[in-house]
Amino acid sequence: MHMADALINPTVAAVMYAASAAAAAYSIKKVREENNPRKIPLMGVMGAFVFAAQMLNFTIPGTGSSGHLCGGLLLAALLGPYAAFLTMIGILTIQCLLFADGGLLALGANIWNMAFYGCFVGGLLIWQPLIQRRLSKARIISASVVGSVITLQMGAFSVVLETAASGISELPFNIFAFTMQGIHLAIGAVEGLIIAAVLLFVYQARPELLAGAKAAANGSLTFEKALAFLGSAAVLAAGVLSLAASENPDGLEWSLEKVAGSAELEKSGALHALAAQIQELTSLLPDYNFQGSESAWGTVFSGLAGSALVLLVCVACCYAFHFFKHKTA
Amino acid sequence: MNKISGALTEINKLNSTAQGSSVMHRLHPLAKLLLTIFYIAMLMSFGKYQIFGLVSMSIYLFIGFHLSRLSLKEGLWRLRLILPLVSMVGLANPFFDSHQFVFGSQTLNAGWISFITLMLKGIFAVLASYLLIATTSIEQICYAMRLAHLPKILVTQFLLTYRYLTLLLEQADTISQAYALRAPKQTGIHFKVWGTLAGQLLLRSIDRANALYDSMLLRGYQGEYYYGGPLAAWNKKDWRYLVSIVFLLLLLRLLPWSLLYTKILGGKFL
Repeated sequence: MHMADALINPTVAAVMYAASAAAAAYSIKKVREENNPRKIPLMGVMGAFVFAAQMLNFTIPGTGSSGHLCGGLLLAALLGPYAAFLTMIGILTIQCLLFADGGLLALGANIWNMAFYGCFVGGLLIWQPLIQRRLSKARIISASVVGSVITLQMGAFSVVLETAASGISELPFNIFAFTMQGIHLAIGAVEGLIIAAVLLFVYQARPELLAGAKAAANGSLTFEKALAFLGSAAVLAAGVLSLAASENPDGLEWSLEKVAGSAELEKSGALHALAAQIQELTSLLPDYNFQGSESAWGTVFSGLAGSALVLLVCVACCYAFHFFKHKTA
Repeated sequence: MNKISGALTEINKLNSTAQGSSVMHRLHPLAKLLLTIFYIAMLMSFGKYQIFGLVSMSIYLFIGFHLSRLSLKEGLWRLRLILPLVSMVGLANPFFDSHQFVFGSQTLNAGWISFITLMLKGIFAVLASYLLIATTSIEQICYAMRLAHLPKILVTQFLLTYRYLTLLLEQADTISQAYALRAPKQTGIHFKVWGTLAGQLLLRSIDRANALYDSMLLRGYQGEYYYGGPLAAWNKKDWRYLVSIVFLLLLLRLLPWSLLYTKILGGKFL
């Protein structure tokens, strides 16, 4: 996922450098506040470890291909998100300078795409809230896989956005995004399993290393706060950013348009007609708006209502499958 | 050669080339770092059809490679990592770009021009980075970073990662070779030992970091890391090189290259 200099223009590069620098400045402040000088050599050596471990090929069963370790989340689990972010900056700079893996101008973007999401979203918003109540094998596996998939998806989408904003490619946004997200979904799942395997080994061999991370997590971000943050982000995306959604066809519609000449294919047969009738009855907000309206408020309402409905379905499923366990005294 | 051995060879090779004594090697590391960033920013500021202007920027590389006596082949070998993504993105241009470039009686899809421009930008940027890293040691780059007021914690951590990289790569190589000898006909590490193998390396690394900190304390570490080796002082020669190259690059960037293919060669975009 390392971006080359050729894929980014100086304006986008400067914006990404500024964003990464702000995150780095905040991380430095937090690491200084910790006042743990032993952490500096640990960060350096752990950076070298991640680099070395990324060179190992982990066979993916049944595919004949191999996966690699995802550094950001693993480091965040062991060092905490702030120290992990600074360590990742070191790794990405070395990869850029020594191995030409990612460009010097694109370094700010690469730090954002790989270190920021891995350490802050994966480590701070997913790993820490999940492990701070109880450290267990199931929680380590779920936090690693969910964290890895989400952070890789966010990183891959950022690559698409940065390339599109740089205006250097004629590749349609939808196709590029579709390809990148699809590829990184599989990579994320495999990398998550590798991280889980490593952390489970540490949990069994030296549990105090993860217990230390758990203790550090207790004072930082609670599960409720993380939920509130993710909820606010969902409201922002669904209610505000939905107004800026593209009116162009998505990847599938675009492909259909090219092949069949129209984004919507002709329906025929009784079954299709019945399905269309049911859909007409159930779709309260057709085309993400009120019936027969094109108002912006309709789009905002659709976004918020859709997010609330998804949340409701998820909570209902969790209750149905007994995912929420009541504490016993 | 496996990936780990390849990385080790690359690090050793760069270490030895950075110890040279050419004009480029003797320049101040901060001057080289600033020039490299400026050059890459200039490259990327060219529009997707501004191929002539972009080609003219290769003069910086000619000067740099001539003064440093580096091998161009070694520099080009480093392209292998970035070329796949750049090619994937760039190859879409000829198919999706509807503009045409008319030159005399010939017509060319402008997408091909933007594709070549994209590839040239990628190649030039990688060669410029190679020019920097092959003539400047990591210690000198860290020194330049500190001169540019980058935070101490960031630079120290970067330097320590680099210092321990070779050691941990060698250890990973040993683990990987030992595993390969015990598990013949396997292309990678079996999923049943994913955790054990990488986990062992991780625990050894943590123990090593603790031992490292203890030894740093015994040597009087008080928060400041001293960068070894003779570090050059900034002198008139560095100023002259920096100013003349910046002037040359700005001149090439600001020249009206579009006139070359519209007025002189008679070409036009449709």
